[in-house]
Amino acid sequence: MSAPLAGTAPLIDAHAHFYHAGAGRSDWADLNAARFRAGDRIGITYHVASALGTYGFSSPTYFPSPADVTIGNDAMLEIAAREHGRVRMYVTVNPNYTDHALREIERCVERGAIGIKLLASRRADDPLLDPIAERAAHRTLPVLHHIWQHRRREWPSQEISDGADLARLAARHPRANFILAHIGGGGDYAHTFPAIVDTPNVFPDLSGSGVDRGMLDDAVAALGARRLLWACDLTMETGLAKLRALDVLGLSDDELADIRWRNAVRLFPKDSFPLITRAAAPRNAQRATLNAT
Amino acid sequence: MIDVNALVGSYPFRHVPHPEPAALLRVLDRERIEAAWVGHLPSAFYRDPQHGNQELLSQIASHGERLRPVLTVRPDWPCWERELRAARDAGAPAVRAYPAQWGLSSHDSSMRELALAAGELGLALMLTVRFEDLRQRHLLDVAGDLTAAAIRALARAGDQVRLIVTAAGRDMIDEVHWSLTPREQQRVFWDISWIWGPPEDHLAKLFRTIGSHRFVFGSQWPLRLAQNPSANLALLPDDVHDSPLGSIERWA
Repeated sequence: MSAPLAGTAPLIDAHAHFYHAGAGRSDWADLNAARFRAGDRIGITYHVASALGTYGFSSPTYFPSPADVTIGNDAMLEIAAREHGRVRMYVTVNPNYTDHALREIERCVERGAIGIKLLASRRADDPLLDPIAERAAHRTLPVLHHIWQHRRREWPSQEISDGADLARLAARHPRANFILAHIGGGGDYAHTFPAIVDTPNVFPDLSGSGVDRGMLDDAVAALGARRLLWACDLTMETGLAKLRALDVLGLSDDELADIRWRNAVRLFPKDSFPLITRAAAPRNAQRATLNAT
Repeated sequence: MIDVNALVGSYPFRHVPHPEPAALLRVLDRERIEAAWVGHLPSAFYRDPQHGNQELLSQIASHGERLRPVLTVRPDWPCWERELRAARDAGAPAVRAYPAQWGLSSHDSSMRELALAAGELGLALMLTVRFEDLRQRHLLDVAGDLTAAAIRALARAGDQVRLIVTAAGRDMIDEVHWSLTPREQQRVFWDISWIWGPPEDHLAKLFRTIGSHRFVFGSQWPLRLAQNPSANLALLPDDVHDSPLGSIERWA
């Protein structure tokens, strides 16, 4: 097998999705296989992924019914168990059904989920999200929240939130960490950076089909490498392109490692990524020894 | 490899870092791209693109080996034929037109005349579906995406027509391609700058159904990362991984 296109250093995709037989697409297995194929080619160590209910088949993707939420989470649990060497899971919830959401979090975390996925079922600063954010803080689970970069009006099929909305939720829950989804995923990312700059528990992921020149430079300049997470979402070629662009931005090795994997290791529960942390442990111990001398 | 979809100059709706020819040349070196066909980005938004064309020719004059000019020709503007001839005389392989930005309808007769006249001179006509994602556009940027109807109307105009459509996604490419006769299909090349890769694998599916020979390498630099089309090609599945792109040089 040829060398990974993005090098052999650890790499965590903090925003991925898998499909399942209930997703209403006959090619669901091909999509999952394509993600693994491209992930291996790029050199992704871990895919941190969610299943979004039935992806619109029996309830809307961004407003999934409780039954569909459970169907999606069950499918994701099965994939994460089968592919334990390379897949970790977000538990997806719909905050309009608080009791169900909290039960799903407990059920799926017991079976290995390491984060919570919130779609666009309710605006991010709505009080209905508070019990979920409290549970996330209590469990030290990061919350990946779907975001529209700069909300200027309503859009169909989702109740969009932007960086300012998420910042208000994050300010109410300073002990919880929030991953702001896909700065390249639509909308004006230039609005997002100042909207969250003073909210240190919001961490944008770089995913999305958008590959605007200047977006990565501005993200690093505004927020610093310690607050950015590499990710792909629905387009893995843009993920690879962004890695190659980061390589020529003039970042230090430490900054690149932060974006590629270290920030994710810090945000997710301890021991979520053993292939990385076990490999890094001897080197860290050696470095500590050298520093001591 | 030639990047047929490069531009220089600023963009009116957001800051674009270093959109100059010297930066483009460094990017071509870094990405191992031999040459680029270069348009002038501000000209898409000028009422009369003539001054933009002069600026483009002046900016890239000393880089003729690697940067070939793609002038902008607005066919509803008086004396547009002179600009077309100027493009040919400058050694341009193609000309650009922006019917959506100029408010020209899908069946505008002047666009048809331009496509035919450019073809007569051996020039391809380059169309741009979009510069930015619809969801992020400035409130004043109301042009909308180029329509499939506009593209197929031009592709049907005559045998000499040569179109290069940039920044299209899979749905539009499918709609246009399968709405044309096999003869008309041969008049259209598509750049790969906005086509999705895995896991949806739109590029691979298009290679399998339409054929890789109808696609050309394009980045839409400086608006988009030059690394993106190369990454897309690198992630193609095995069965289409080595498929050859279209030989645009045959036209140029």
